[in-house]
Amino acid sequence: MLNNKFTIHIIRFFFLVLAQVLVFNNLNFLGFINPMVYILFFYWYPVKENKSILFIVSFLFGLTIDFFSDTMAIHTASCLTIAYLRSGIMRFCFGVNYDFQNFKMTSTTTLQQVTFIALLILFHHLIFFSLEIFSFSNLLLILKKVLIVGSATLLLCLLIKSLFSTQNK
Amino acid sequence: MQQIINFLIKNKNGLLYVFLLLIALGFTVQANSYHQSKFLNSSSWLTGNIYQTSTNISTYFSLQKENNTLLEENKRLRNLLFNKNIVAPDSIKTDSSSTYNIVTANVIKNSYSLSKNYITINAGKNQNIKEDMGVITSNGILGIVDHTSNNFSLVQSILNTKSTINAKLKNEAYFGSLTWDTKDFNTAQLTDIPRLVKLKIGDTVVTGASSSIFPKDIPIGVIKDYSLKKSENVYHINISLFQDMANIKNVYIIKNKDIVEIKELEKKIK
Repeated sequence: MLNNKFTIHIIRFFFLVLAQVLVFNNLNFLGFINPMVYILFFYWYPVKENKSILFIVSFLFGLTIDFFSDTMAIHTASCLTIAYLRSGIMRFCFGVNYDFQNFKMTSTTTLQQVTFIALLILFHHLIFFSLEIFSFSNLLLILKKVLIVGSATLLLCLLIKSLFSTQNK
Repeated sequence: MQQIINFLIKNKNGLLYVFLLLIALGFTVQANSYHQSKFLNSSSWLTGNIYQTSTNISTYFSLQKENNTLLEENKRLRNLLFNKNIVAPDSIKTDSSSTYNIVTANVIKNSYSLSKNYITINAGKNQNIKEDMGVITSNGILGIVDHTSNNFSLVQSILNTKSTINAKLKNEAYFGSLTWDTKDFNTAQLTDIPRLVKLKIGDTVVTGASSSIFPKDIPIGVIKDYSLKKSENVYHINISLFQDMANIKNVYIIKNKDIVEIKELEKKIK
């Protein structure tokens, strides 16, 4: 059973990396909109899991994407940060339910799930574009990119989430 | 001692986060100040081969268009050949007296939506590609080789805030440098052209002769618009590039045989 769970995570890891670098990095909609759907990894990652392992996994995950897209460790830094903020965001979105031992993602409402993904995307994109543009004189450009690319990411994440959601979990 | 260990155990998650974040930020800062990292780039064996496979599939859908581009270029070169009475060589021979040598390659990964864009091509050390060689397409300039692995190379595109390329106006002797302000992927900027030069919209911009990387007079683009503030002595010129940066398939890498000698000379002066 444990083995099976591991396999699913590993497959998901590689599936998301390949989908991101081969498909979504080449979208370039309107010249600059490349949705970062790999954030779904942090949505699908088990809720109650050793935090240190999550950090190491997210570090490797971000590094793999950086490896492909020649963006020096920017993905890594933003992935790592949302991994760090993840439990806080979850507590904010799901309230006291999150502290229960038998908390499951499927028992939450759709609105809560959407808020969770949206917040993950917001923090991720803020860090990603600040590091990518790397100058505070372009603050407006950073905010514009966060807003536009973020909405595109949210839309695609929700579509992919509904495509792969299983009823019996 | 006990307290230190207790503190470490209590805050191990936070410390791990800070540690990993520092590694990541270290990479980022290093990449901003100098070359792309030696090991963390898409010209490595694994990433290169994955991109190669993906390109092998996707190029089938644009073969017709690529053929037309190549025919178009051949037509232009034939025109040049016939009208200038240059005799085509009977057999292909490598002339040791020529300064520039050309290698061809395919683009396997292109990016133009970031502020520091890199292109990966499928030619590397095995094809004698080295760092700091110029890369052009049939329409114009593309970038400079930044890093090579055995079979792939990473090209720093002109759409990269770190790039500065020596450029000049075709009919004037004034040099400037070509940079990019990240706003539009088909527009680059030419700086350092003094105000005494008379500009016209539509003037052609080509590479200058004072670069050892590119031969002179490789087309770059045409002047789209320009502005001159009262207090400044240099123009701010927008150039619309000849090469559509979103659609690059085949590239030429230029080897300058004199580059070793030029570099040695430059070292001596320093």
